Amino acid sequence: MEHLEKLENTSVHILREAYASFKNLCMLWSIGKDSTVLLWLARKAFFGHVPFPLIHIDTHYKIPEMIQYRDRLALEWKLDMIYGENREALDQKQTFPDHRTTRIQCCKNLKTEPLKQVLSGAWPRHRLNHDTGKYELDRNTEPFTGVIAGIRADEEGSRSKERYFSPRDLDNTWDIGEQPPEFWNQYKTDFAPGTHIRIHPLLDWTEVDIWEYIGKEKIPVVPLYFDQGDGRRYRSLGCAPCTNPVESTAKNVGEIVAELKSGKFSRVAERSGRAQDKEDGGGLEELRKQGYM
Amino acid sequence: MEDMNIVIVGHVDHGKSTVVGRLLADTDSLPEGRLEQVRETCKRNAKPFEYAFLLDALKDEQAQGITIDAARCFFKTRLRNYMIIDAPGHVEFLKNMVTGASRAEAALLVIDAAEGIRENTRRHGYLLSMLGIRQVAVLVNKMDLVAYDRLRFEKTVQEYADFLKRIGIIPSAYIPTSGMEGDNIARHSANTPWFTGRTVLEELDHFQSSKPPVSQPFRMPVQGVYKFTRKGDNRRIIAGTIESGRLQAGEEVVFYPSGKTSRVRTLEGFNRETPQCLEAGWAAGFTLEEQIYVKRGDLVCKAGEPRPRVTSRVKVNLFWLGKEPLVPKKEYVLKLGTAKMGFRIEEIVRVLDAATLQAGKRDWVARHEVAECILKLKKAIAFDQAWELAQTGRFVIVDRYEIAGGGIVDEALEEQPAPLRERLPLRHEPGEKSVILPEERAERYNQRATLIVITGPEGVGKQTLARALEKKLFEEGKIVYFWGTGNVLSGASADLGKSANNRRPEQLRRMTEVARILLDAGVILIITAAELSPEDLAAIRTVIEAGRIETVWVGEEGGDSGYDLQIPAVNSEETAVGAVKELLQDRGVIFKAW
Repeated sequence: MEHLEKLENTSVHILREAYASFKNLCMLWSIGKDSTVLLWLARKAFFGHVPFPLIHIDTHYKIPEMIQYRDRLALEWKLDMIYGENREALDQKQTFPDHRTTRIQCCKNLKTEPLKQVLSGAWPRHRLNHDTGKYELDRNTEPFTGVIAGIRADEEGSRSKERYFSPRDLDNTWDIGEQPPEFWNQYKTDFAPGTHIRIHPLLDWTEVDIWEYIGKEKIPVVPLYFDQGDGRRYRSLGCAPCTNPVESTAKNVGEIVAELKSGKFSRVAERSGRAQDKEDGGGLEELRKQGYM
Repeated sequence: MEDMNIVIVGHVDHGKSTVVGRLLADTDSLPEGRLEQVRETCKRNAKPFEYAFLLDALKDEQAQGITIDAARCFFKTRLRNYMIIDAPGHVEFLKNMVTGASRAEAALLVIDAAEGIRENTRRHGYLLSMLGIRQVAVLVNKMDLVAYDRLRFEKTVQEYADFLKRIGIIPSAYIPTSGMEGDNIARHSANTPWFTGRTVLEELDHFQSSKPPVSQPFRMPVQGVYKFTRKGDNRRIIAGTIESGRLQAGEEVVFYPSGKTSRVRTLEGFNRETPQCLEAGWAAGFTLEEQIYVKRGDLVCKAGEPRPRVTSRVKVNLFWLGKEPLVPKKEYVLKLGTAKMGFRIEEIVRVLDAATLQAGKRDWVARHEVAECILKLKKAIAFDQAWELAQTGRFVIVDRYEIAGGGIVDEALEEQPAPLRERLPLRHEPGEKSVILPEERAERYNQRATLIVITGPEGVGKQTLARALEKKLFEEGKIVYFWGTGNVLSGASADLGKSANNRRPEQLRRMTEVARILLDAGVILIITAAELSPEDLAAIRTVIEAGRIETVWVGEEGGDSGYDLQIPAVNSEETAVGAVKELLQDRGVIFKAW
């Protein structure tokens, strides 16, 4: 069995375990390449279906092409699509682009906090109506007890320590020293009321694996990842003010893979274009302990 | 390119993270600027640079200089893609080590040349053998600290080889290394001219890649049965990961434990042509010719191949990771494949200290111990004996919500008629569970719900002690209740005739049931009873778990031991109450001195 097949089968197994174990399961979709591969793997696991809702936390600072792409795929693949947001912080302009907060605080305001509140059902959720093609206020406010996310171990130090099934307590905090044992395909799927589990089927994938798989399976991704003619492309997608494109003329998946394997990016960290990681040594670790992905 | 997962294990501070960090640095596997970034952080925090910081990415890890959780890191040679799992060596994080090691095909075991073999050097070795990892290379590390002394190296090798032999591991190599200085990690070292073996890097490439067990009998634990009727899809798909063997359309399959059979109509996939054959390692799906009722937890096998075992009694080898000890009488859950089943320990055959290999007989298994046990499952399940087929012969144990242990099935045993005690009409699970957790009540009431059983011969002052204890606890703000035997006789058991044969067991059963309800309510309950025997106490413990009972024997002769506290006579109320108080504090029933 070759490398990508091995990764695919492990991830599919994990997705099926998650589906069997949680009544209120959802999957986070950031519209980036990783969570889009994850979405594709879910379609593999369930033979063309995605039997749980997809959640997108819309910071309203995403690059517009991302949102267009999200809604196009959601309609085409008949996805149960939900988005959430921090309306209050946006209205009160408590954001970095408004010069009111640091980058880290902005991530907390626009991503971590709404993520927690939307998962718990405390804040409004907007669900795609496939008949009208419009989002409507979701009347279902049940909390999600299982949350699938597309993080990878090779992205950054604290993610390299994650479990496939990672419990979070009532406050969403992550107790790194007290993680459950996980062995022989057996995961922690029993949990006390009030807690929930984050499921990470992509932990063992690397950036190159993701691109090779996108190429092999012909998965549609946001065109921003490719050079549109100005010699620049995005290597990692986030909010427009904090994510910078890299100098690259890669116009297709094959060129990206070549660039990552032997070209100019073979030794440059993927998130080097992400400004919020640099604010403090361990910045992402701190964010993640409080509930950030 | 092949893949291989490697785990690096050993005692705390023997240099595992440093070896891995050095391996990454010396093979140019780090992102640009990473090494410089770590150097810079070290300088800013006035710390000497360490290669370990490349892996110990967490703030607590860097502050304490230990690995807390296993980190994955990736690097490649011309031969393979490697994922190296750096497992913590600190005994506190043994479950993290097991987690890391269970994913590995081979292991590097690190020993500090200066400090020599320590507890976890042996314990980790034992766990590797139990996890089924047969390929091990031993690194005698920190050779720079012993001036690259060849004799020192050979002495360590000799000593550890003896130990490994006893647990059935024959290492592929012993390598003198220094992670700090980079000796024999990625390059041969001039400091050890007497060493002509392979470097760590060469040794990795020398490990054999394990092949999925394709030629073994077909086994697939059912993960789910899917029928998604949206979009007009009428397929009913049996899904699961194939653990061993291979499957083709048209073959006859048998579902265990029921033994129902059907024939495979189609193999199913997504975004690929309908596969003709699927084999070990594939997350598969197939439809059946004849629709039979199957469910998650069933084990799919093939007709005409060796059958799995189906029984409710198994002899196992397990290792315990739970904070609470593993005890008989308490109910746990076994997860094997996709099956989940309640069980109790029928017998703890022997307990083994994995660090010393000393075996003994005891009726509990403490954290980090290994034991041979007989499990009695609520219902029969399907599995294989681990020495016949490893994939379907290993399990984990869930205690409440936590994975508290794991192990391998050694032997399938005959089902036997339940012993007398288990035929008592005992009810173990309340019908409706409260949404308030016992821990929440414990925190609110500042006490742990406990049954205090005061027993002993007539006329030794059991009642006096019980009343004094109740009063004292009450005065201190505890929620406590004394329930004298008289109440049992006149109340809950009023309908039992004095001469009825089953009077005593039935009376005990009723008392225990009521006690359980009060314990669920968070109360400290004191009862007195005349001369409860170890059998009586065992019967109580089938309903109330061991950690929630404290037994006090009042009287000169305790007969059989096994009581938590023995008080010869209640001469002074104050002394006797004081003794019980100490017991309760020791056991964490009451949290503060009073």
